[in-house]
Amino acid sequence: MTVHGTPGTSPGCGSGSPCEIPTGNLIPLLHEIRHALERWLDSGEEHAIDLRGIPMAPGEEDQLLATLGEGELHADLSLTGKSVVIETRFPAVWLVTHYNTDERIVGRYIEVCEMPAILKSQTEDARAGLEYLGKLLNENNLQ
Amino acid sequence: MTDAEFLLWVRGPAFNIALFIMLAGIVVRFMEILLMGRKTNLAEARGSEMAGGLNTIWRRTLPDADTFRRSGFTIIAGNVFHIGLFVVIFLFVPHILVFERLFGVSWAGLPSNIVDATTVVTIVALLAVLVHRVKDPVLRMLSNFSDYLAWLVTILPLITGWLAFNRVGLSGSTLIGLHILSVELLMVLFPFTKLSHAFTLVLARWYNGAIAGYKGVQS
Amino acid sequence: MKKDQTIGEVLRERGISRRSFLKFCASTASLMALPPSMIPVIAATLEKARRPSVIWLSFQECTGCTESITRSDSSTLEDLIFNVISLDYHHTLQACAGHFAEHIREQVIKDNAGKYILIVDGSIPVKDGGVYSTIAGMSNEQILKETAAHAAAIVAVGTCSAYGGIPKADPNPTGAVSVSDLIKDKPIVNVPGCPPIPNVITGVLVQFLTFGLPELDALGRPKAFYGQSIHDRCYRRPFYDKGLFADSFDDEGARKGWCLYKLGCKGPTTYNACATEKWNFGTSFPIQAGHPCLGCSEPDFWDAGSFYSALSTPTENIGKTAIYATAGGLLAGAAIGGVLRARKQAAVKAHQRVTIDDLDKES
Repeated sequence: MTVHGTPGTSPGCGSGSPCEIPTGNLIPLLHEIRHALERWLDSGEEHAIDLRGIPMAPGEEDQLLATLGEGELHADLSLTGKSVVIETRFPAVWLVTHYNTDERIVGRYIEVCEMPAILKSQTEDARAGLEYLGKLLNENNLQ
Repeated sequence: MTDAEFLLWVRGPAFNIALFIMLAGIVVRFMEILLMGRKTNLAEARGSEMAGGLNTIWRRTLPDADTFRRSGFTIIAGNVFHIGLFVVIFLFVPHILVFERLFGVSWAGLPSNIVDATTVVTIVALLAVLVHRVKDPVLRMLSNFSDYLAWLVTILPLITGWLAFNRVGLSGSTLIGLHILSVELLMVLFPFTKLSHAFTLVLARWYNGAIAGYKGVQS
Repeated sequence: MKKDQTIGEVLRERGISRRSFLKFCASTASLMALPPSMIPVIAATLEKARRPSVIWLSFQECTGCTESITRSDSSTLEDLIFNVISLDYHHTLQACAGHFAEHIREQVIKDNAGKYILIVDGSIPVKDGGVYSTIAGMSNEQILKETAAHAAAIVAVGTCSAYGGIPKADPNPTGAVSVSDLIKDKPIVNVPGCPPIPNVITGVLVQFLTFGLPELDALGRPKAFYGQSIHDRCYRRPFYDKGLFADSFDDEGARKGWCLYKLGCKGPTTYNACATEKWNFGTSFPIQAGHPCLGCSEPDFWDAGSFYSALSTPTENIGKTAIYATAGGLLAGAAIGGVLRARKQAAVKAHQRVTIDDLDKES
């Protein structure tokens, strides 16, 4: 299968040889993204796909990511372990990858929306921040 | 009994029992036929018994034009499900593994999805012959319990096998267990119902052909 | 740490941001195969939940299950779960020992009666009064029954505690049984596997805290994690469908990553999350590494025939059966054949010739 212009063999099938038979999930997945994007433009309905829930032959996920590419926005988040949010070359189609502290992937989502929730500031954190700022000013008698 | 225990039972003791009954049954049926013997024919032979016998074994596999005109449906549907059964039983890789365990020989199988499609065709053909049997007044009159039982134990493994392969409804262990159990039922009844034609047909055809061959006539 | 704090309060106290928490919820939702739209629900519920007290009892086991859950080598999301529960008693992990340790267990039971979660790994030996495994002079069965009596729910971690596992394997010298064999009046969630996937252990706890008792399958496993078979989720499934199988561990099929059915893979009858969740942080799982699934999350996997014989094949010595059957058939056939022959001869003998005179008599 060729999706992004390069031959569709994928490394890592068995021990290092190319995968002869893909699961066939790649094309339907791209269609799902297209439909989701249409719906978001029409009605603003957001959509998320959990990539871990979809069986993929080794290498197929790389093919998907290569097809989606990288667009204008790339955000690295320092949470418990890193998280990376990129807008793909299809605007409003986001790839959210969560890593643990060993830089291994613990979750990967494709989100079709204005902005993934994880990027938005959280009110709980903001409240704690406000408290801290107040305390800081108070301690330094800057009132 | 958990489904794991059920699967273990059908793969273990139950399979052993079924295999024993089937093999012993086949041997008994053969002995019965052979030991009965035939009356010595005192007439002078006008042809070869062997040639007539072998010829009939082969020739009765192909329908003659007249028979085909009279019972075309039976012949077509019958051939479809018999060929289907052959493909499903002998060319599905997990089945070949069983024969390999039994006889120590192995052969190449077909892609599983082709066997899957063949199963559906075979089931449809078997349903068609049942409908034909019930609808046709003569066939219905000729049919007894044993005929319907033979039909049932033939179609059950196909249905359970299809369900197990396509994993419909129950757990994997239960589905495979039920499939193996239905095959064991078939194995147990195989020598003692009309299903025994699978191995007696050669003998029966040979006898018919040999008698005719001895007389020097066509069978 | 104060008791009765909500999980949200504990996390904030420890400086874990809500974004980190959301991330934890996202990976947990993925693990439970929940739609991503459920992430905010999980986050909201979990935040307000109280930290439950947890007692972890280890019986006849190899510590592999504890290894599994603790081998999240550095600080990871799995650590988060240990922030959301209060693990008050665990033989292997706790610092104290002896009567002091047992005293803690009694205290936790007393203080949290009806509220704590009991986690069990290992099977319980009941033969000979349970002498094969004792702790502080008490048999495993006694400790289990005493601790289970006041638990809110029990989580049986690992195949040993869920189904008896390897200690129960034939001939089961210690009379090993599972938790559910002994405890009948408490909700029990089985988390089998040898060992279970660490994320699944934590995922079950999160699910319990978020949604209460999970929906279980016939074998007591949470459907969210054990709802799908390895086979149905296996990336090698297309090879199975196309009839491409590895015949040995070093042939062309094996190198090309074809289906391992012929090599004894138990994927079709095994329910677990390995194929999607994978091991070692999603690196791989046995089938991906080229080895058939052993079916370790199923009861009696140890006694289910050879690991390397295909699922469709008989487990017993059928060659012997075939020989006995043929011999038996020959004997029975000879006997029956003899009887039939004798009957035939008798019939011939009994046959009376009908003459014209006989027919005349009738009329």
